[in-house]
Amino acid sequence: MSAVLDSLADVFKAFGYTLLLFLVSAVFSLIGGTLLVAMRVGPVAVLSKLAALYVTLVRNTPLLAVFFFFSFAGPILGLNFKWVAVHVGTFDFTSFFSTAVVAMTVYTSAFVCEALRSGVNAVPLGQAEAARAIGLPFAGVMRQVVLPQALRASVPPVASTMIAMLKNTSVAAVFGLIEAAAQMKILTNNNADQRWGIFLAFAVGYIVLVELVSLLAGSFERRWRIA
Amino acid sequence: MAAAVLFDAPGPRTVARHRVYTLVAAVLLLLAVAYVAFRFYDAGQFAYALWEPFVTPSIVQAIGQAWLDTLMMAVLSVLGALVFGVVFGVAKLSEHSPVRWVAWLVVEFFRAVPVIMLMVFCFYGVFNDFSIERGAYWSVVLSLTVYNGAVLAEVFRAGVNALPRGQAEAAYAIGLRKTQVMNLVLLPQAVKIMIPAIISQCVVALKDTSLILIVFPIGLTKILKQLPLSFNNIVPTTLVIAGLYVITNLVLTWLATRAQRRFVGEKEMLQVSAVGEHAPGATTPV
Repeated sequence: MSAVLDSLADVFKAFGYTLLLFLVSAVFSLIGGTLLVAMRVGPVAVLSKLAALYVTLVRNTPLLAVFFFFSFAGPILGLNFKWVAVHVGTFDFTSFFSTAVVAMTVYTSAFVCEALRSGVNAVPLGQAEAARAIGLPFAGVMRQVVLPQALRASVPPVASTMIAMLKNTSVAAVFGLIEAAAQMKILTNNNADQRWGIFLAFAVGYIVLVELVSLLAGSFERRWRIA
Repeated sequence: MAAAVLFDAPGPRTVARHRVYTLVAAVLLLLAVAYVAFRFYDAGQFAYALWEPFVTPSIVQAIGQAWLDTLMMAVLSVLGALVFGVVFGVAKLSEHSPVRWVAWLVVEFFRAVPVIMLMVFCFYGVFNDFSIERGAYWSVVLSLTVYNGAVLAEVFRAGVNALPRGQAEAAYAIGLRKTQVMNLVLLPQAVKIMIPAIISQCVVALKDTSLILIVFPIGLTKILKQLPLSFNNIVPTTLVIAGLYVITNLVLTWLATRAQRRFVGEKEMLQVSAVGEHAPGATTPV
């Protein structure tokens, strides 16, 4: 345990990277997932098939393979993020960070798409039919009847996806980003006698983050619940 | 399904407009594919020498062996997870609150901790007396056992809770004891409706075996790491290995769907919410 306390600054910085990677990837993958689900449930068959293919492929690929592609195969194909070099305080956002964001986004968007789609599917058909029957135009049906219900229904699955993504940020440890899991590996390597303490300390860190996200999701769910 | 909720049946003008959208989308898609193909060509990635290893018998054999290793790790860990899941699932349903509390703590702990951290800990802390390769192998099996076991414990509990109350009541009424009610009546039925969820969990386990790369590459990740060193073909290797994972997982998913039809019928696949995986609605765990 003393190893963790001695390098407390490093540990907090590592969790800072985990949290930042989570937040940035969350924003992008929510946007990506929304675009995908729009294609998926939209009327254009080509786009719908394309989105379905994307989701199937990505969902069955290990996140590590996605990371591997963007870290090592991408640069060979002329796809690199070396131009990213932002420094905020003690945090450096270089190609390691941006590659991680891209890989997380590509991967998580597929899961967000499915979570949102399950929300759309949860709306009973009669709701839309009734809305059309009282003469609402397409935009009205969407804005006032279907989407509010679909969004509410998709809060729990999207929250689960986000929690899974928070844990998945640890894969970035394999690809050079010194976030929590990588910091844990470093400390474990250097302090062979304190493995249990180090493991438990980092586990508690992750559990706190996971609980925070799930509390947040729970409060959203309660706030948006009808009656 | 979704389309029925979102749109009315299209009229002739809408159909014409959709045809235009389809055309535009198809053209853009073809352009994108052509661009990607050009980037591959431009980087010389279509060269036969880079793809040759995947038709060289000795290397194909090595890949097959690695694939078997990976599959074996996933299967072993899912079997272990099954035992872990049933034990802790039953414990979570226990009438004794201390047992329930301990089971809750263990299950929530392993569901909230990233698998990669479990692997690092197992490798350096549990199997540090083993040889590196064996240590890595058993680290994967143990980490995935406890992680997937924790998820399956939740699935199991939900499975038992999903059974009609009358089942347990009738069993008690004919004079069975607590263990008998669980073993003879509830467990067999719960396991039946769990089977598809268990197979879906195999997909997760198979994907997660790759995470051991953080300490030492074994199984398919070994090919991923080592083949490009000899042939300088990291792009083809990544694509082939990812493809192997995808194909294996698609077969597993197909099995899960079949098992669902065979054992459960038309009902929704059993799902578990709360922390992480198995969101209600999302058909495959993340």
